[in-house]
Amino acid sequence: MKNHLLEICYLIGSVTFIIGLKMMGNAKTARKGNLIGAFGMTLAILGTIFLHDNNVPTLIYVLIFTAIAIGTIIGWMTAVKVQMTKMPELVSIFNGMGGACAALISLIEIDHMLHMNPLAMAAMVLTGGQGAIIGSLIAIFAGLIIGSVSFSGSIIAFLKLNGTMNKPVRLPYYNIINTVIMFGLFVFAGYMIYSGNVSMPLMYILFAAALIYGVMFVLPIGGADMPVVISLLNSFTGLAAACGGFLYDNKVMLTGGILVGSAGTLLTLVMCKAMNRPLSNVIFGAFGSSTAAGSGADLKGTIKDIQVSDLAVLMNYSKKVVIVPGYGLAVAQAQHIIKELEDLLEERGVEVKYAIHPVAGRMPGHMNVLLAESNVSYDKLVEMEEINPEFEQTDVVLVVGANDVVNPAAKTDPSSPIYGMPILEVDKAKHIIVNKRSMNAGYAGIDNLLFYDPKCSMFFGDAKKALTELVAELKTMD
Amino acid sequence: MESLLAFFSEHREMIYFIILAVFVGVEVIGGVPTVLHTPLMSGANAIHGVVIVGAIYVMLQVDPENYLALVLGFLAVLLGTLNVVGGFVVTDRMLEMFKKK
Repeated sequence: MKNHLLEICYLIGSVTFIIGLKMMGNAKTARKGNLIGAFGMTLAILGTIFLHDNNVPTLIYVLIFTAIAIGTIIGWMTAVKVQMTKMPELVSIFNGMGGACAALISLIEIDHMLHMNPLAMAAMVLTGGQGAIIGSLIAIFAGLIIGSVSFSGSIIAFLKLNGTMNKPVRLPYYNIINTVIMFGLFVFAGYMIYSGNVSMPLMYILFAAALIYGVMFVLPIGGADMPVVISLLNSFTGLAAACGGFLYDNKVMLTGGILVGSAGTLLTLVMCKAMNRPLSNVIFGAFGSSTAAGSGADLKGTIKDIQVSDLAVLMNYSKKVVIVPGYGLAVAQAQHIIKELEDLLEERGVEVKYAIHPVAGRMPGHMNVLLAESNVSYDKLVEMEEINPEFEQTDVVLVVGANDVVNPAAKTDPSSPIYGMPILEVDKAKHIIVNKRSMNAGYAGIDNLLFYDPKCSMFFGDAKKALTELVAELKTMD
Repeated sequence: MESLLAFFSEHREMIYFIILAVFVGVEVIGGVPTVLHTPLMSGANAIHGVVIVGAIYVMLQVDPENYLALVLGFLAVLLGTLNVVGGFVVTDRMLEMFKKK
């Protein structure tokens, strides 16, 4: 009876995951979709705890509830408190937790199998056949490897986004070394399954090797590509969860896991497409370090800067202003002041729009989330394809903390690492104002020819501080 | 070879299930606007937290004398909860900002 009820819980859970994810694809229904998914998850978790026929000692229940209570409090507090700019890091860390969870399940399962008496083992072979044992072992090993890689990889991705580990680290021949480790992992696991020579120490070695591989996998990848990596690791964790589902013949884990695995992979590819780079290039390519190739071009021009008073006059008498937000805006927490600037200009009859590059910020859609926080209206955020033809009629483009997404080298310089990436064609506008803290290169680590454009002026300073000055200046000009 | 075939026939329903789920995943994501990529990734991140079900399941089977398994299981449930709760709450926070005014 209980078992049947549990199956129904799992069925409802699976359906809510599918519906929830589908609803999250539309801005109107997204929030509800997320809540529906959360409801299904709660149902599946409570069902698993209460609907079973095992005779479970109280100690186990106490442990389960304690773990859930601690996890809920920490998870909830962090999620509520963290700043909007830190979202990508947070997603990465939570993803790592899921991966670690999957890896631990595999370790316990192997321990469990090794403790099983030979009679039970033989019975399992008799009832399930040889395929069942092999199936279980494959699921356990795959869960361990994928989960561990996802865990350690996510931690490195977190550190990189955090700025703790900003530079890509590349050992000599890192591609070859990584490939060898990866094949080594599979061969090692395959050998254990094939020979049946499974023991805890060997499992720990596999566990450690998979953790090392996760680190080595993410280490050489540049910070700008972290969103793609997180999305990829996200789908890895999905697969690890699916391995658990396979192992226990648990349909809700299987649906949830596979769903995220395939959706995550597709999302990763879509993100790569937005940057116009194949996934292989992100993973194996030397992006952001081998700048020697692209920067040799003529950078002989001069750089002008503009005073805040001149800029205020310029903007005040414009008809149309387009703001290009980037990560610098997020870091400086300048989303509220930029909204103030927008209101001020609109009051004076200036048309203001925001040009959103698909990979602006650290994650696709990052800028939208950020600007939405300061109540910028949804229809003022214009995507790249739509805004590009409008730049010709634009008087002033204000680039705030963005760099690579407006670099004309992507169109003109085949030797540039970002060559081929679609960019915002701001150089068509009458005036280009770039707000940056310094002349440092962007995340891709390459120089920007735009700054040497005769139409371009630099407006140096921290985004929040500089914009606050600009707004103050504008206010004096009634 | 024989064991591979045995493996397939033992698990054929599961294999069908997996293949169909892959297509559902691809279908569900198709045509999502760029704007929603971040929340969607975050939402998918919360959903794979379903791995916690496996962690709880393991805990319910663990022999209470086996301290190693108890500790690992406790950790697994804790980490799984972090993934689920953190994932859904963060997604909700992001999506809250898309609210129409």
